Amino acid sequence: MSELMNFAPVVLKNLFSKPVTKNYPAEPAVYPERSRGHIEIDLETCIMCGLCMRSCPSGSIKVDRPNMTWTINRFDCVQCGYCTVVCPKKSLTINPGYQEPGQEKFEASYTKPQPEVKPEVKAEAKPEENK
Amino acid sequence: MTEILNPENKLEEINHEKLLRKVLVMKNNGMRLAQMCSAFVDGKYELSYSFADDETYELQTLRVIVEPDTAIPSITEIYPYAFFYENEINELFGVNVKFINNDYHKKLYRIDVEAPFAKKEDK
Amino acid sequence: MGKRSVVPFGPQHPVLPEPIHLDLVIEDEKIIEAIPSIGFVHRGLESLVDKKNYKEMMYIVERTCGICSFMHGMAYCEAVEDVMDVEVPDRGKYLRTIWSELSRMHSHLLWLGLLADGFGFESLFYQCWRLRESVLDVLELTTGGRCIFSVNKIGGVLKDLDDDMIKAILEAVSKVEVELEAIKKTFLFDYSVESRLKGVGVLTKQQAHDLGCAGPFARGSGLKLDMRLRGYDAYKDLDFEPIVSEDGDGYARCYVRTMEIFQSIDLIRQAISKLPKGDIAVDVKGNPNGEAFVRVEQPRGEAVYYVKGNGTLFLDRMRVRTPTFANLPGLVETLKGAQFADVPLLILAIDPCISCTER
Repeated sequence: MSELMNFAPVVLKNLFSKPVTKNYPAEPAVYPERSRGHIEIDLETCIMCGLCMRSCPSGSIKVDRPNMTWTINRFDCVQCGYCTVVCPKKSLTINPGYQEPGQEKFEASYTKPQPEVKPEVKAEAKPEENK
Repeated sequence: MTEILNPENKLEEINHEKLLRKVLVMKNNGMRLAQMCSAFVDGKYELSYSFADDETYELQTLRVIVEPDTAIPSITEIYPYAFFYENEINELFGVNVKFINNDYHKKLYRIDVEAPFAKKEDK
Repeated sequence: MGKRSVVPFGPQHPVLPEPIHLDLVIEDEKIIEAIPSIGFVHRGLESLVDKKNYKEMMYIVERTCGICSFMHGMAYCEAVEDVMDVEVPDRGKYLRTIWSELSRMHSHLLWLGLLADGFGFESLFYQCWRLRESVLDVLELTTGGRCIFSVNKIGGVLKDLDDDMIKAILEAVSKVEVELEAIKKTFLFDYSVESRLKGVGVLTKQQAHDLGCAGPFARGSGLKLDMRLRGYDAYKDLDFEPIVSEDGDGYARCYVRTMEIFQSIDLIRQAISKLPKGDIAVDVKGNPNGEAFVRVEQPRGEAVYYVKGNGTLFLDRMRVRTPTFANLPGLVETLKGAQFADVPLLILAIDPCISCTER
């Protein structure tokens, strides 16, 4: 029943074939379309209802209705995608591309453009440094 | 085609004094202790002892409802491997289980809080 | 009789991926008794039902374990669906089955790799994990996550498979089948592997039953115990026979898991060929009121889910009994009388998942 040299063909094949891993930093990683990387918000359609804040399992989303800002702590986010499911206007989407690591956690704030205010104050990530 | 074995789960509510006798009947029927758990509902403990029959895939549950200070006899004499479950409900819910073989004395999970799962009212 | 001494084993050990501590009473090189202790990673997930509503809990339950994550979420959803009398559409059931079997494949390939690492066969370990990677790639393509899929919801699944994805799944499983065939020979017939596994840690059928073992560990001892026979999800329409080995030693457990990968490939093909068209989920209204026990077959064995609702958004109690919890008494039994050098291998043989066990 027992045999010797069973593994030799696999080893030989392995020896003469290219590496199966990617040469990562030189060659970019490819994420499929459905990959759950980070949450993006479309502030045009967002109605600031706060449902995403109340249903986030890790509590990483804050919605400030008076100031019309939507804040996410991407380091606490677990990429479950539940906010995109509950969003009534479907203005939240989950897209490929992960949050880059950092030395400390910070939040990204997005302010909804007011119709009367200038239109260029739109979706901009503001790292809060030196806390 | 594979034969499907999916009988209804059974649940029987019993008095805690009859527990050992009922468990012994289960043991004699060749049932396996599938799980044992506790719930804290309306100030009382609801203990569930589930037994699985591996021939018919039936799951029978014995439900014991006790007041918090009532002591429950351990079933480790009948099912030796129940000691993990009993230590767990003793530690997490504070159910008073008497005579566990292999009693960990609330040191199974290394937690600070006494009976954390039984404190539902002060959320 | 030699002098007895106690050797602490774990929670940190090179071959142990997860923290379990054992006090081994040894006499020379032979183990007389093993006293397990767990509790290094207890997170109290079950008590989170007080703070998170029953729909959010799905995402928390899924994170109980990194390997059988999908089946935890699925079992929880099935328990809540059982309480609420929700019937999942057929396509949803089939998709759950396909993803379950893909999870089983990647879990078993992971285990085979860890076993190879446990007996010191490093290059076999990398071969297994290379194969596992192709399963993970297809999982990421279809669900968006490599290990944690987050595609379940109460009432069905969130994402559908299109034709390209089905093709990708079939291609991936065919590739794994061909390459595993080559590696299988090493696991099952190689002289050095056999000498490490045969006759090690024997657990008889009677012992396995008396100790309440579950899953591949019990099937390796000759118990025909597979929760998939309950016919939940699409398993009622698929043709399969649980894989059982009578020997009860380390080799038998390795055999059962290796053959289960092939079984999973077969089940995936069957499910895809019968995949019905239609909805993938139904809307759920109201709150769960009542209780249910659900048992599913995870890669490591039978998992019991208990859900008790009281008509509000928050459940009264959610209980998970994971397979490793049931297999620990069996592990202690196999350790008795074993050689000290075999301890890492015997612990690996139950495929321990301590984080799930403590939750």
